[in-house]
Amino acid sequence: MPKIAELFETMEYGPAPEVADEARGWIAERGPRFGHFIGGAWCDPADGEFFATLDPSNEAQLGEIAQGCPGDVDRAVAAARAAQAAWRDLGGHGRARYLYAIARHLQKHSRLFATLETLDNGKPIRESRDIDIPLVTRHFYHHAGWAQLMDAELADCEPLGVAGQIIPWNFPLLMLAWKVAPALATGNTVVLKPAEFTSLTALRFAELCREIGLPPGVVNIVTGDGRTGAAIVEHPSVDKIAFTGSTEVGRLIREATAGTGKKISLELGGKSPFLVFDDADLDSVVEGVVDAIWFNQGQVCCAGSRILAHEGIADALADRLRARMETLRMGAPLDKGVDIGAIIAPVQLKKIESLVEEGREEGAAIWQPSWSVPREGWFYPPTLCTDVSPAARIAQVEIFGPVVVQMTFRTPAEAVALANNTRYGLAASVWTENVNLALDIASQIKAGTVWINCTNVFDAASGFGGYRESGFGREGGREGLREYVRQRPEPAQSISEEDPEPVERDEEEDVDEEGHAPASLPAIDRTAKLYIGGRQARPDGGYSLEVRDCRGRAAGEVARGNRKDARNAVEAALATDWARTTAHLRAQILYYIGENLDACRSAFEDRLHALTGCDPGAARREVEGSVRRLFTWAAWADKWDGAVHRTPFRNVTLAMPEPLGVMAVICPPEPALLGFISSVIPGVALGNSVVAVASERWPLLATDFQQVLETSDVPPGVINILTGLEDDLRPTLAGHDAVDGMWYFGTDEGAADVERRSASNLKRTWTQVAGGRDWFGPDGEGREFLRHASQIKNIWVPYGE
Amino acid sequence: MTRAAKRGGTPEEAASSSRRVFAGAEADVVPMRGRNAGTPLDLDLIRGQAANRSAIERRAATLGKRRSVKQEWQTAWLLRAVTMIDLTTLAGDDTPGRVARLAAKARRPVRPGLLRALGAEDLGLRVASVCVYPTMVPAVVEALAGDDIPVCAVAAGFPAGLTPFAQRVEEIHEAVEAGAREIDIVITRRHVLAGDWEALYDEVRAFREACGDAHLKTIMATGELGSLRNVARASWTCMMAGADFIKTSTGKEKVNATLPVGLVMARAIRAYRKLSGFRVGLKPAGGVGKAKQALEWLILVKEELGGAWLERSLFRFGASSLLADIERQLEHHVTGRYSAYHRHPLG
Repeated sequence: MPKIAELFETMEYGPAPEVADEARGWIAERGPRFGHFIGGAWCDPADGEFFATLDPSNEAQLGEIAQGCPGDVDRAVAAARAAQAAWRDLGGHGRARYLYAIARHLQKHSRLFATLETLDNGKPIRESRDIDIPLVTRHFYHHAGWAQLMDAELADCEPLGVAGQIIPWNFPLLMLAWKVAPALATGNTVVLKPAEFTSLTALRFAELCREIGLPPGVVNIVTGDGRTGAAIVEHPSVDKIAFTGSTEVGRLIREATAGTGKKISLELGGKSPFLVFDDADLDSVVEGVVDAIWFNQGQVCCAGSRILAHEGIADALADRLRARMETLRMGAPLDKGVDIGAIIAPVQLKKIESLVEEGREEGAAIWQPSWSVPREGWFYPPTLCTDVSPAARIAQVEIFGPVVVQMTFRTPAEAVALANNTRYGLAASVWTENVNLALDIASQIKAGTVWINCTNVFDAASGFGGYRESGFGREGGREGLREYVRQRPEPAQSISEEDPEPVERDEEEDVDEEGHAPASLPAIDRTAKLYIGGRQARPDGGYSLEVRDCRGRAAGEVARGNRKDARNAVEAALATDWARTTAHLRAQILYYIGENLDACRSAFEDRLHALTGCDPGAARREVEGSVRRLFTWAAWADKWDGAVHRTPFRNVTLAMPEPLGVMAVICPPEPALLGFISSVIPGVALGNSVVAVASERWPLLATDFQQVLETSDVPPGVINILTGLEDDLRPTLAGHDAVDGMWYFGTDEGAADVERRSASNLKRTWTQVAGGRDWFGPDGEGREFLRHASQIKNIWVPYGE
Repeated sequence: MTRAAKRGGTPEEAASSSRRVFAGAEADVVPMRGRNAGTPLDLDLIRGQAANRSAIERRAATLGKRRSVKQEWQTAWLLRAVTMIDLTTLAGDDTPGRVARLAAKARRPVRPGLLRALGAEDLGLRVASVCVYPTMVPAVVEALAGDDIPVCAVAAGFPAGLTPFAQRVEEIHEAVEAGAREIDIVITRRHVLAGDWEALYDEVRAFREACGDAHLKTIMATGELGSLRNVARASWTCMMAGADFIKTSTGKEKVNATLPVGLVMARAIRAYRKLSGFRVGLKPAGGVGKAKQALEWLILVKEELGGAWLERSLFRFGASSLLADIERQLEHHVTGRYSAYHRHPLG
């Protein structure tokens, strides 16, 4: 032990180890070989296979974890299924009591969970103690509240059933909380698989569930690697998959669940921009970077790993960052004075090393502090890469380590362009003292979370999740609950109550033997074209399709659109500024469409009557219903408000619904006009540009509708209408990487195809089998449509001068 | 005519010759220089200061959580803290007897037996200074005769700083002549609140001149400046005007030394060092009464300014009750038992 008199001179920090005796004691007592937790009891894996779990800071074995096999997953799902009805029927208040008990117990044993987490994961004890575990307890408290309020606040909803949940190793217990709390609050039971590197806190949590008397089967923990996860994803009796992890695996899950009806939410990778404007408080920015990329060794999906700095201050910022990096402390994660701990595993360490090496070869200037990293364990030093261009690989791929790249911009517009130049969209951080600039930038960045003058702040009251290939669905807040419930079908109620008066009309007379309508003069040939970018366009292929009426008589022809037409329609949709127009203007235009449809209602009624053979009263009802529906969506256009979340900081957290961008809609075949309008207009109302594929059966109503659009001041490209064969168009649109969302109303096979192909860019999908919805009733409209046509961005705005 | 007018004239006159926009120095190759001579007033730099309160509070809140000083290290740090204390009494009922008692404590801040047990008897432990009102300076000088402990006087209309300018300058002169080697002045808050940086600069320049060889600490009364941005601007103005230390508070404001304020000041000191080459000291005062707080401040200084600032030439605590708590912690380290105030000699 050094002498006090010497330390008086050197003023070093010295060691400050957190004692982990209790955590180690628990491992020894409960393990060191751990089975699964199924149906409220511990059980060994059916295959008898175990693997070691290690302390990343010294490579020592901590214990042995069971490798779950399909049989184990089967048992766990069965246990969850058996428990679900009783758990649901327990009611909101009953579930609230359990969630509250979980929160209290977590709090009471917080230091045990924190040290266990640090042992298993290698993150600094400061983070597990001050950030992870407090957020975990907060999440359960918050969701105890949602359980209590569910009966009133989600009265139209019911739980999904059994949720399969697969979580990553970077925030083991926190990700468990994000998954388990909302699932349980809303009446689901869960089968959760922790990451194979970090199972211990989940297993301690299982024990906690027993301690508080949670009914057996409500929470089941099955450990194992990716094979175990795949078994959960593929299990036929699982109703929902919630996954946090890599975009690569997220895509596999999307493909594997396509067409199964499983609801999924994916929280995936990111390459989040960190924008620094020239008026920012640079010293605070430096600490922001520390929190962005040297938090949890940079193993954070929303890490601010791309610094975009204004040219005027970029060098000054880099200088200050280098100085700050020298004072970061790396070492034993259990030391209370350590900033950066160990990387989770050698495989991850190698990945970081090779990416940085690649960056060096591509010409980046790599800077690391002068101090050396510990020899034992898996450590990687904080790294700043300058002289990096957006084209460099290290500027594009997720490194998932303590490595940040810095690039420059000249103008706010360029900053936005660079920030959005990524396939990801998880988070962003914006640093400026100018509120005008901050909110302008925040609104333009494609990301689920935007932090103004802060970074990596989280709370249970605020939703977290991605745009684009960072996944979909939200965790936390009111928006997060939706991922674990489904809308209860509403009782049918007709849109138009009054009885229609039948109009006499003798159709038989008007038909000759060939099935053509006779006429004294030949009818003027009507040409139904595609409608792309506000203009009628001939199909690229030069083919037309015959349309027949209900009796099989030729009723006209429509263009046979092909993949190039679909491409052109998406280009036109991309070119609009519709999302930036005011909601008031969008409402006005939709009302105007309604007005113009009403003005030519008889033509549409005649068309419906002639084509579909419906009686004139039904035709009248459908046109009338279509006008009403246009009014409904016009009304909603400026009323789909967001919220201000009650996050426990001095800030406002703005939850803003934003349009998805470009939506493709495969319209339902029935009802011919109302189905088209009901499926196309909601997206338009919220600011999306839509590429609509008219139904194969009744495309002429959609092509007739083009003329209504042309007289209604709809900006070019906002609504594009394609006709042709679904099989020609659906694959192109579902696979198109610039289409952000897709609604599909058709067959089971078509729905599965859409979901499978959507995996390419992880576009948001909403698929329904045609015929399952009463378009005339309240089921034909409502909030469900709005939710599927928008995504929520949470903007954190701290305040205080 | 007062002496102030003879020596320095009005503050405007005192500073007019040196006022021009400062061109800035080469950032990375600043030679270390002696006592802060000040720089010309750079209004662009002062007005361009940004201080984001939420981010600063976040950093301040985590500073003490990111670092931990335990056991022998903690004891060594606390001993160092003792040497940085400006042992202070600034009460209306101060008497020569009272300040003499304080002077005795300054000489021997920790019980010799305790120091022996810590192996620290040869450190020559003493506090940084004894800080009193100007009228008490002669009594302290007498009490400290033969020791190298400087006497520090608050001056310039402490604590409000609203007495006429000439009298404030005169007060400094009298304190220096009475033997004070350090002068803690209060700035005119009005100048900060009105954004009149020229007036503040000129005032501090004049005070600095009045100090002569005595060191100047500028008390900014940060609790009355309205914002952290103003703290940053006032810090810069005082340093440009030649302050040897910038100090948070008089101890009489409703809010005194807080870590966020200290963080803003430390960052200003760091940037000023880079710009001018001068090292300016930092002094939190008021509200630092516990050993744990002292450790937090030392961590802040080590993290933001570096080890060079962990000297009493560059860092001070303005405190009256801090020493007693530190003594208790030192004894706890020796005995393993929690200590009581009455076991340590009063100051």
